[in-house]
Amino acid sequence: MIISVASGKGGTGKTLVATSLAISLNDIHEVVILDCDVEEPNDHILLKPNLTGSEPVNIRVPVVDENKCNHCGKCARVCFYHAIAVLGEHVLTFPQLCHGCGACSYLCPEKAISEEPRQTGVVEWGHSGDMGFVRGILTVGEAMAPPVIRKVKEHASDRGVVIRDIPPGTSCPVVEAVKGSDFCILVTEPTPFGLNDLALAVEMVRKLDIPCGVVLNRVGVGDVGVEEYCRKQNIPILLTIPLDTEIARLYSRGIALVDGMPQWKDRFRQLFDNIKEMVDERNRGAKR
Amino acid sequence: MKEIVVLSGKGGTGKTSIVGSLAVLAERKVLVDSDVDAADLHLLLSPSVKQHQEFWSGQKAQIDPDKCTQCGLCQELCRFDAIKDFKVDAVSCEGCGFCSQICPVKAITMKENLAGHLFISDTRYGPLVHARLGIAQENSGKLVAQVRQRAKQIAQEQNLEYIITDGPPGIGCPVISSLSRTNLAVLVTEPTLSGIHDLERVLEVCRHFGVPAMVCINKSDINIDNSRKIEDYCQEEKVEVVARIPFDNTVTEAMIKGIPVVEFSNGKVSQEIKQLWNIVCEALKDNAKR
Repeated sequence: MIISVASGKGGTGKTLVATSLAISLNDIHEVVILDCDVEEPNDHILLKPNLTGSEPVNIRVPVVDENKCNHCGKCARVCFYHAIAVLGEHVLTFPQLCHGCGACSYLCPEKAISEEPRQTGVVEWGHSGDMGFVRGILTVGEAMAPPVIRKVKEHASDRGVVIRDIPPGTSCPVVEAVKGSDFCILVTEPTPFGLNDLALAVEMVRKLDIPCGVVLNRVGVGDVGVEEYCRKQNIPILLTIPLDTEIARLYSRGIALVDGMPQWKDRFRQLFDNIKEMVDERNRGAKR
Repeated sequence: MKEIVVLSGKGGTGKTSIVGSLAVLAERKVLVDSDVDAADLHLLLSPSVKQHQEFWSGQKAQIDPDKCTQCGLCQELCRFDAIKDFKVDAVSCEGCGFCSQICPVKAITMKENLAGHLFISDTRYGPLVHARLGIAQENSGKLVAQVRQRAKQIAQEQNLEYIITDGPPGIGCPVISSLSRTNLAVLVTEPTLSGIHDLERVLEVCRHFGVPAMVCINKSDINIDNSRKIEDYCQEEKVEVVARIPFDNTVTEAMIKGIPVVEFSNGKVSQEIKQLWNIVCEALKDNAKR
C-alpha cells in the first residue's frame, strides 16, 4: 500500500502528517518513508535516520566526438530543449537544459555522440529505528527535480506500507511523486489560501485517478471554507489537528507529533484504517 | 527599475502575506505572482483581469493506432516510461519528441500543449501579473520567465520603480526562473528546524546565481532559541535580518477578510513589515550608488 501525503500549499503540515503516520504504523506494519520533497527534504529532521547507503542521480548528457562529427546539425534539429547547437564547425552543448532523452546520440548519422553522466542530485537511504527511510536531495542550482524523485521511488520495497512525503504545488515534480500511489492524503489549513490550493491539489489527484482525503491542520483560527468545499466535493475529512502552540513547538524543535504527544498515535492508526478501508473498497469495485 | 523577489525554500512561511503588504507600502510598482503552481496573491489583492493570454508550451506525443504496427521501438527507447501498450501517458511524456523521430511508420506526432494561462490585472495597488500553470504541466520556469517579461514591459511603459515578486517554494525550476538577475531576494523563514534547513538551501541558491539576499524571520516568537540560531547563522553568513514578525492571528484574520495585513491592523506585525520595506528600499538605493 502506497500512501502519498501532499498539499497544494506549502507549510500546511505534510511532513508532520507523513512522519507521524509512519511512526504510528511502524509497530504494526513494515513501513518505509520516502522523502520525495527533494528540493527541501525535511523528514530526516524529525526521524533522525541512520543513513547506510547513497547513490548519485545522474542525467545522461551528450558528449560530441569532434573527430567524427561532420557538423550536419541533425542533433540540434532533433533536440526539443535546445540543449545542443551546431555553429559552423563547432558543436555546443548546454547540459543544464538537457533532459537526457537520448535522441541526439541515437540519431547522429556519424555516431559521433556518446553520453556521460551529469550528477543532479543524490538518493540516500537507511533506517529510523526499524522503519525504512529514503530521501532524495536535488543539488543546489539544479532545476529538474523529477529525475531525483523517480530514483527515490525506485528504492521503495513493494511490501508493507510506503509513505511518500510530496513537495508542495501541482506541477511536474508533484505528479512524478504522487504517481502510482494507492491513496493521497491532502493536508490543508482552514484559510482562503489553504482552500484555493486544496482545490488545485484535488484537481491533480483526480487527473491521476487516485482517491484522496483531507487532513485539516491548525483548526481553530480560520473559516469554514475548506469544510464546505469538502462536503460539496464529497471528499472525506479524515483527521483534524488543532492550532496548538504545543504541537507547533514540538515541530519547531524537530520532534514528531506522536513522539512528543503519544496520545496521537491512535488517531493516526485510525487514519490509516480508514484509508485502507477506502482503498480496499475501491479495489473490490474495480474487480467487479 | 529594481526587481525584488520573496522566496523561502520551505512553503507556508508567509511569503504571500508579506508581498500583499508590500503591495500597499511600495509606490510605483508592478506586482508579480510567480508561484504559478499554486498562486494565492490574488486572494489578497482582488484583481480584475484586463488581459488574458494562453501559455502554449511543450508538446505531447500522440500515437495514431491505425498507423502503429506495434513494433515497440518507441517503448524501448523512451527514457520517461511514457509509452505503455502503444499508448502515450501524457502525464509522463516530457515532450522530447524522440519517439516521433524514430517511429519507422511515422505513426507518432507531437501535439502542441496548452500548458497554462497568464493574466495581467488591475488592483487597487497597481498592476499585477499572475499565471496559472495547468495541472500536472511542465515548464513552470518558462511560464515564470514570461510572467516576469510582461511585468518588465509594464514597468518600462509606465515608468515604474519596482517589480515585487511573490515567489514559489522550493529551490527548483520555477524558483531559479524567479530569482535569476533580480536585484534582491527577501527570504522569509520561520524558527523551526525545517525552516532553518530550507533557508540554508535557498540562500545557497541565491549565492549560486549571485543575487544578494536579506532574511525575514516570521512567527519569530514560536521558538526563541531557533530564532536566535537563525540570527547567528545570518550573522555568520553576513546576511541582514530585516524583520522579526511575531506570531499573530491577525495575519490569518486579514487573509480571511481578503486584505493585506498592514491594512487590517497596525500592530507589531505591520510595524515589522513596514520596517522590512524601509530597509529594502535603502539597500536598493545603496546598491544603485555602488
